Amino acid sequence: MADLMAATGAQTAALISSGEASADEVLDFWLERASGDGLNGYLWTADRESARAGVDGSGPLAGVPVAIKDIFCTEGVPTTAASRILEGYLPPYTATAVARLNAGGMPMLGKTNMDEFAMGSSNENSAYGASLNPWDRGRVPGGSSGGSAAVVAGGLAPWALGTDTGGSIRQPAGFCGIVGLKPTYGAISRFGMIAFASSLDQCGPLTRDVTDAALLLATLQGRDQMDSTSVGIEGGISAPGAERLDGLTFGVPRGLIGQGIEAGVLARFEETLIKIAELGGTIVDIELPHAGHAISAYYVLAPAEASTNLSRYDGVRYGVRASDEDLLSMYEVTREEGFGPEVKRRIMLGTYALSSGYYDAYYGRAQRVRTRIVEDFRNAFGQVDFVVTPTSPTVAFELGEKTADPWTMYQSDLFTVPMSLAGVPAISIPAGLAQPDGGGPDLPVGFQIAAPAFAEQKLLEASFALESAIGFDGSAGLEGGLR
Amino acid sequence: MSTEYDAVIGLEIHVQLSTKTKMFCGCELSFGDEPNVHTCPICLAHPGVLPVPNQTAFEYALKIGAALDCELSPVSTFDRKNYFYPDNPKAYQITQAATPFAIDGRLGQVRIHHAHLEEDAAKTIHTGGAGRIKGSDASLVDFNRGGTPLVEIVTEPDLRSGSEVREWGQLLRATIKQLGVSDVNMEEGSLRCDANISIRPVGSETLGTKTELKNMNSFRFIERGIEAEIARQKEVIASGGAVEQETLHFDPSTGELHSLRSKEEAHDYRYLPEPDLVPVVPTQAMLEEALKLPELPAARAARYEGIGVGEQAALLLSFEVDWAEYFEGVLAADDSIEPRVAANWVTGEFAAELRKQDDQPLAESKVDPASLAKLIGLVASKKISHGAGKTVLEAIVADGSDPEAVVAEQGLEQISDSGELEQIVIQAIEDNPKPAEQVRSGNEKAIGALVGAVMKATQGRADGGEVNRLLRQHLGL
Repeated sequence: MADLMAATGAQTAALISSGEASADEVLDFWLERASGDGLNGYLWTADRESARAGVDGSGPLAGVPVAIKDIFCTEGVPTTAASRILEGYLPPYTATAVARLNAGGMPMLGKTNMDEFAMGSSNENSAYGASLNPWDRGRVPGGSSGGSAAVVAGGLAPWALGTDTGGSIRQPAGFCGIVGLKPTYGAISRFGMIAFASSLDQCGPLTRDVTDAALLLATLQGRDQMDSTSVGIEGGISAPGAERLDGLTFGVPRGLIGQGIEAGVLARFEETLIKIAELGGTIVDIELPHAGHAISAYYVLAPAEASTNLSRYDGVRYGVRASDEDLLSMYEVTREEGFGPEVKRRIMLGTYALSSGYYDAYYGRAQRVRTRIVEDFRNAFGQVDFVVTPTSPTVAFELGEKTADPWTMYQSDLFTVPMSLAGVPAISIPAGLAQPDGGGPDLPVGFQIAAPAFAEQKLLEASFALESAIGFDGSAGLEGGLR
Repeated sequence: MSTEYDAVIGLEIHVQLSTKTKMFCGCELSFGDEPNVHTCPICLAHPGVLPVPNQTAFEYALKIGAALDCELSPVSTFDRKNYFYPDNPKAYQITQAATPFAIDGRLGQVRIHHAHLEEDAAKTIHTGGAGRIKGSDASLVDFNRGGTPLVEIVTEPDLRSGSEVREWGQLLRATIKQLGVSDVNMEEGSLRCDANISIRPVGSETLGTKTELKNMNSFRFIERGIEAEIARQKEVIASGGAVEQETLHFDPSTGELHSLRSKEEAHDYRYLPEPDLVPVVPTQAMLEEALKLPELPAARAARYEGIGVGEQAALLLSFEVDWAEYFEGVLAADDSIEPRVAANWVTGEFAAELRKQDDQPLAESKVDPASLAKLIGLVASKKISHGAGKTVLEAIVADGSDPEAVVAEQGLEQISDSGELEQIVIQAIEDNPKPAEQVRSGNEKAIGALVGAVMKATQGRADGGEVNRLLRQHLGL
C-alpha cells in the first residue's frame, strides 16, 4: 500500500483516483490514526458509517477525509463548540462549509477540540481539556482551532477545517508547523458555523502545505444563499504553481513587529525575508499606523458581538438546562454552569461595552479604530502586494504559562488581529524552527502573509513559491500524534 | 380655578405582513395551526444559523412607507435589540433602529416619525393562574408566529383624545388593508397598537411624563383605555402627585389599568448593528413599484366629499374598497343619480338590508350595482315612493329579481293621478277629525297622523311631498 502518512491531501486524492489506494483503505487508515489520538485533538471521532453520513457527491478530492472543528454544526453528530452548555446537542442541520466538502465526496474524520466558542489562543479554554502540541506535549497547540492544527500536524488527519476570528487558524498553524489560511471575510459561508464574533468569523483550511490549502479553499468558497454576507471569490481558486516572486513587493510593518517578539521568531522571519528577495521579491518597510490599537479594538468588538451571539444559550430550547425554579434562575444557573470563565469574561466585557451610556465610548470608538485599520491596509496595498509579519510573537508556549494573565494571552494575536479587523486574507506558512526565549525544544515558527481582499489566488501563488524555497520539514510533528 | 389639561398621544403600531414566509427564514406563515409546526433551525435560533431577509417583506414594507407619504431610505440597516425572554429565541430581535426603511411621513392629521421592519416574537402561553406569567403553572412557547415580518409605524405625538386615536387608527387600518400587504386583523394580532400618553396644561408646549398603554386588540378598547389613562393622569396631578413613567395594561372587561413595569424595570436593549445582514438598498424598480399606489382611503373620502357625498358615508365607503367599488358601479350605471343619494342608499338602506337578511357579504349579494341604480332611479324619478323603494329592496336582496318587475308585480307604482290621491286625502281628513282639528288650530305636528293614514290607504304608493301638499291645502293651511 502507498505511504498514506507521507501523503498530503492532494497526493492522497491522486492515489485514490489512480487506483493505488481505495477510498475505503484511505478512510480506514485515517480512522485508525484518529482513534489513536494522543493529543486530545478530537472531541468526537467517526466510524466508517458516520464518516460518510452526509457524503453524497464526488469531486477531485473525493475520498480524502477531513477533520472538522467542533464549531461547525453537523447533523446528528455531537456539536459542542467545546462548551458544557452544548453538551449532548445534536444539530438538526449541517453547516454549508461541511456540506460542500461532503458534496465533494469528502468524509468527516471527527470533530476537533477548540477553545470554548473559539475564545482563546491556547486551546486551554476547552471545557473538555486542552489539546496538546505534537511537537511538545507540554505545550499548547495554539487556539482557538488548536485541535484542528494538532491533528493535522500530529498525523491524525490529512487536513482540517478551522475558523479564524482574530488569528484562530493562523496562530495554531504557526505553533504546529502547518499551513493555515484565513480567507477574505465573505469568501466562505458562515452558515452553520457557531458564531463568536459574526463580523470577523471566517472559516478556512489547516493543511500540510499550500497546495492543500488552495484545493480545500476551492471547494469551500462561494456565495451561499443562507449567508447574506457571503460573496465567494470571483474566478474561483486553482492549485498554485508559482516558482518566483519577481515583481512582487512585500511590505514589513516594522512598527508593529518590534513589540515583545522572541529572538528565534524574529531570526526566522528575517531569514524568510531574505528568501523572498532571493526569489525576486522586493522587501519594503511600511506603516500600519493604527495596527497597534488592533488588540484593544478587537477585545471590545469581538466580545460585544459575542455577548449577543451567545445569549441564545438560555436553556429553553436545546443544550443544557440547569434549573427550572423560575425563568430568571433558569437563565442564570444554566449560563453560570454552562459557560467557562473566559466565555463569561467576554460576555461581561461585551455586555458592558454595549450598555446604554457606554456604547459610544467603547463600541463606537472601537469601530472607528477598525475603520482606521481598514484604511491602513488599503493604503498599504496601494504600495505593496503583500504585508508580511511573523504569525505570532512567540513559539508555542507551555500549558498553563499564560492562563493567569488574559492580557498577556491576548498579545498572542498581536500580528493576526489587524488582518481580521481589515477583513483581508492572510496565511501562515511554516518558516522553520526556533527555541523559545530562555531555551527549550525547537518549535515551529509561522510566517504570515496578508493580501488585499479576494486576492487569495495571488496570495497562494506567492506562498507556494516561498514554501518551496523554505523547504520546511514537519515530520517530527507527525511522529508526535499517537498515544 | 383648576388647570385645564390637554392629552398628547403618540402611537406605535405593529403590522404583521401577509407574506408567504417568515422574515428571515423559509417557514410558512400561518394563523391558528398546531403549535410549533412552522419552525426550522433558523427561527428556533439553533447555533450557527444566519438570517436571510425576505425580499417580499421588504417590498410590502416599502408600500406601507409610500402609502404613509414617507421618505423611503436609499439604504436601510438592521440592528439587534437584546433581551432575554423565552418568546425571543436568539435573545435578540432583529429590528431597524439606526436606519429604518421609511422616515418623515404623514397620514391625515398625524405625522409619521418613521416605519421600520422587524421580526415578531413567538407566542407565550402561561397555563394555570390568570394567563399571566405570575402564578402560572407552566409557560409554553409556540414558535409558529416567531419571525413573522412586522412593520412598526411610530407616529409623532399628534393625537389628542381616545376618539381621535380610534378614528385615525381606523383610517390607518383601512389604508394598509387596501395595500393588500397585511390582514390588519386586530383580534388575530396582525395589527397591534401601543399608545404613549401624557397630559399637559392647555397652551403648554412642553410634553409631560408619558405612560405606555400596551397591546389592545380593538380600536374601541384603545379608545376606552386611553380615556381611562387620561382620566387617571389628571387625577394624579389634581391630587398633587406626579405621573410616573410606566407601562400599563388596560383590562376592557373591568375598565382597570394595571402596571406592567416601571421605568426602573425598563430594559437596556444594548442595540448593536446586525453583523449578519448587509445593508438593504432598494433598487429603482422596487421604489417605483412601491410608489404605484391605488387611490387610498383618505384621498377617496376627499374625492367623494367633493362630489357631494356626506362625510360619514364618504368615510364608510372609502374604508372598504369593495363598497367603494359598488358605489361607483351604481353611479356608472346611471349618471343621472346624485352621488349623495346613491351613497346614502348604498351605505344606508342597502347595507342594512344585507345585514338583516342573514348578514350577507357584499361580494355574495344578488343585487348588482346596476339593479340598485335602477331602484334608486325609480325613487328619484318619483315612479315609486321611498317607502315602496324599501319594499322593492327587500325583495331584490332576497332573490335578485328586477326592481321594475317587483314594482309591477306588487303594484307599487306611485299614484301619479293627483285626482285619485286628492280623494284619498279628503277621505283621510274626514276619517280622522281629531288630528285634523289639531292641525287647524295650529299644531302642525299632528299632520303626521294624517300622512300615515294616507300612506296606509295607498300602501305606501303615494309621494310624501304631494300628500303633504294636498293635506295642507285641504286643511286650509
